[in-house]
Amino acid sequence: MDIFLQQIVNGLTLGSVYAVVALGYTMVYGIIQLINFAHGEVVMIGAMVAFSVITALAGTALPPVLIVFAGILAAVPVCMLLGYAMERIAYRPLRGAPRLAPLITAIGISIILQHVALLIWSRNPLAFPQIIPLASFDVGGAIITGAQIAIILTSVLMMGGLTLMVYRTKLGIAMRATSQNPQVAGLMGIDIDRIIAFTFIVGAALGAVAGVMVGTYYGIAHYSMGSLLGLKAFSAAVLGGIGNLAGAMLGGILLGIVEALAAGYIGDLTNNVFGSNYQDVFAFLVLIAVLVFRPSGLLGERVGDRA
Amino acid sequence: MRGVNIFSKAQAQWLGVALVAIALIGLPFALASVGTAWVRIANLAILFVFLSLGLNIVVGFAGLLDLGYIAFYAVGAYAYALLASPHFNLHLPFWVILPIGALVACLFGVLLGAPTLKLRGDYLAIVTLGFGEIVRIFLNNLSQPVNITNGPQGISRIDPFRFGSFSFSQTETMLGLVFSGPIKYYYLLLLLLLLAIVVNLRLQHSRIGRAWEAVREDEIAARAMGINTTHIKLLAFAMGASFGGVAGGMFAAIQGFISPESFVLVESVMVLSMVVLGGMGNIWGVVLGAVLLSFVPELLRYTVEPLQKSLFGRSIIEPEVIRMLLFGLALVLMMLYRPAGLLPSAVRKRELAKVAA
Amino acid sequence: MSEVLLRCANLDKRFGGVLALAEVGFSIKRGEIYGLIGPNGAGKTTLFDVLTGIYASEGGGFRFAGEALAGLRPDEIAARGIARTFQNIRLFGNLSALDNVMIGRHVRTRAGVFGAILRTRATLAEEAAIEKRALELLGYVGIAARANDVARELPYGDQRRLEIARALATEPKLLALDEPAAGMNATETQELKKLLERLRADGITILLIEHDVKLVMGLCDRVLVLDYGRNIAEGPPREVQRDPRVIEAYLGGAAA
Repeated sequence: MDIFLQQIVNGLTLGSVYAVVALGYTMVYGIIQLINFAHGEVVMIGAMVAFSVITALAGTALPPVLIVFAGILAAVPVCMLLGYAMERIAYRPLRGAPRLAPLITAIGISIILQHVALLIWSRNPLAFPQIIPLASFDVGGAIITGAQIAIILTSVLMMGGLTLMVYRTKLGIAMRATSQNPQVAGLMGIDIDRIIAFTFIVGAALGAVAGVMVGTYYGIAHYSMGSLLGLKAFSAAVLGGIGNLAGAMLGGILLGIVEALAAGYIGDLTNNVFGSNYQDVFAFLVLIAVLVFRPSGLLGERVGDRA
Repeated sequence: MRGVNIFSKAQAQWLGVALVAIALIGLPFALASVGTAWVRIANLAILFVFLSLGLNIVVGFAGLLDLGYIAFYAVGAYAYALLASPHFNLHLPFWVILPIGALVACLFGVLLGAPTLKLRGDYLAIVTLGFGEIVRIFLNNLSQPVNITNGPQGISRIDPFRFGSFSFSQTETMLGLVFSGPIKYYYLLLLLLLLAIVVNLRLQHSRIGRAWEAVREDEIAARAMGINTTHIKLLAFAMGASFGGVAGGMFAAIQGFISPESFVLVESVMVLSMVVLGGMGNIWGVVLGAVLLSFVPELLRYTVEPLQKSLFGRSIIEPEVIRMLLFGLALVLMMLYRPAGLLPSAVRKRELAKVAA
Repeated sequence: MSEVLLRCANLDKRFGGVLALAEVGFSIKRGEIYGLIGPNGAGKTTLFDVLTGIYASEGGGFRFAGEALAGLRPDEIAARGIARTFQNIRLFGNLSALDNVMIGRHVRTRAGVFGAILRTRATLAEEAAIEKRALELLGYVGIAARANDVARELPYGDQRRLEIARALATEPKLLALDEPAAGMNATETQELKKLLERLRADGITILLIEHDVKLVMGLCDRVLVLDYGRNIAEGPPREVQRDPRVIEAYLGGAAA
């Protein structure tokens, strides 16, 4: 088995999940310059809802693909509603308030969602029922599982769909206009409140699917899975250039690969002083390095202070 | 009949201070009569007030959102644990270690601050959060190849505070009163807290404190007025971190055991909630916020828990969950409805009569 | 009296593809009121930002009181003696007027953390001196009665005055004022004029961006006209007013 290729495959899988979550951060940031701290929790809620539905249907005679699909179908509207509610209740009243204010409510919302999830689903992780046969393929020495293929394909599909929506539909144009200049967009007859709410909803829908994917990948979902995932995805968005859709996708995939390779090789490289248990550090190191040395990210514009 | 003014305003103030002092001195015995657990809760509350005061320097005075503040607490705690436990078989006295802990935490503060303080506020928040997580991950894993932190098992049998043969962990009877370990710690903590409050008040009403406020209000104007903003922000980080470091050392000594579990992100959020609830930038507000958010959840634990059991026969909502929901709600509701906190920081009024004349 | 205080040479500054300043050069003599005028977007505020270290110029440099200052940080420049106000008032809004001015004393005072915590005699003396000087300055600009008021809640004209007092607190050799009369009514403008004349009498050199033509004409010893980032004319106000290029710049701007 080829370690390098294997880690690339794993990195691609995880990276495409990061990319989809990162889109949620970057869209909201692009439009109202807010770090939606609670986005990671939306992803978690998506995973939990889907897993509950999938577990409930696992005993039935339905074909596995349909069961997973039903899970996603249940998770997406729940998360969309959540995204909308969050925007309405916690962020909209604070538009125009000092920057710290919405960031602090975002943290509050994140804590609340986590513990509401804990109340509903308890501390114990939900396990993904073994309904999908564990097909796997050997590609040049690396093992790629059916789930991994499904995750990568779904991600590509969603990224493509979002890009089409943003660049080809009227709503997408309105979104881009609002992100360029909300006041002018408002003057041109765009209902800014609606566009911002819509942005949250779309981001949340993507997050719901990402939640199902990451849950499927690891085989479990639990109430606290959102914060670390969210942080990594945010790092990915910053790496790619926050506010930039292509950047979020690129950043997500790069971060996934960096993490996987680092996890695969850090032991050898450091004479086993550091092991793969440091895997989670890399996202932060990448984040700090990008912010310090190239705050605009790979594809973004400068985000420094303007006088 | 008109009220008779027995006291002048100044006298009334002193009377108030005296009453509060008496209440604070008597408090541990009152709490001990309910249960020693409550004295411990009071001690932890004081530690959280201490922490909140430190974070308030960073968030409240200088306006820098630090979401990894608990890392400095961790650094202080581990510094104490490593220098006063069988782990390395070092047993330095606490008055040596606490300053060391403050210094090391301060160093970490500068280390984190130096490269990141040029960032805009929200990015700074995320980077500090990442920093907090990195510190925790290292604490969890630095048991190999050299066992420094003992990993997730943490470090136990940490020395209590000791002055010669006077140990803060033993129970003693003096003047017919029983001083248990927690009660002795309570007085020590209270003393240190008073010191911390004085330091904070003095800092706030100083040239440095004004420079922090200037940076918080308008960084560009502050720079144009000759304030080296990088330097002054770093100073806030360093001061806040030192407070965290001292609190961490005290925590390690009181608990006798620490592990990375105590220094998770949620703890940072908790301290932030205390600062926000009380009123960012207002020292007394922060004290109030920390006391409230330390005691109310415990009160709920002792009331809601039995209530649930009697009503439903079992506990439906864990106290821990209630606690966290409270913190989350405090953050959201305060920002939405009372962003300046319970006791907003008032603009200082000065006695101008003598000059205006 | 004719000693040069500030000399700029060939200052260039671009934002992306836009040349905000192009080879701007001029010098200000000690004790004069030097006007800086030009149509909107001519680069006046950008010039202020370069002179106070907020932006670095890409080309050229400037010497102030015999020292090259280009490339220094804003706080370093403030320490060398250039203080400014802002076109869109930038006070420390939630602090009192007095605190605003006291912050201006930062650069001329020394107390550090330890002094503050220990309240040493030196710190206390310095603190008293800061407060005394700040109150004097509030009186100087005519808002002593407002000392305890929150800056954000002051009337507009008083906010402008407070900004000047705050800048004066840094003990500047050169005071750079960015449209101090903007939004003021005729009476307030007259009072401002008196204040600026008093500052000149007290030996402070002033660099003034202003749109109020009457104020500029009545106050400035010399003016510099910027258009599209270039200086197109310099001299006594009466002469500049008749300069065809200046008329063209303003009329051309108005016609567009």
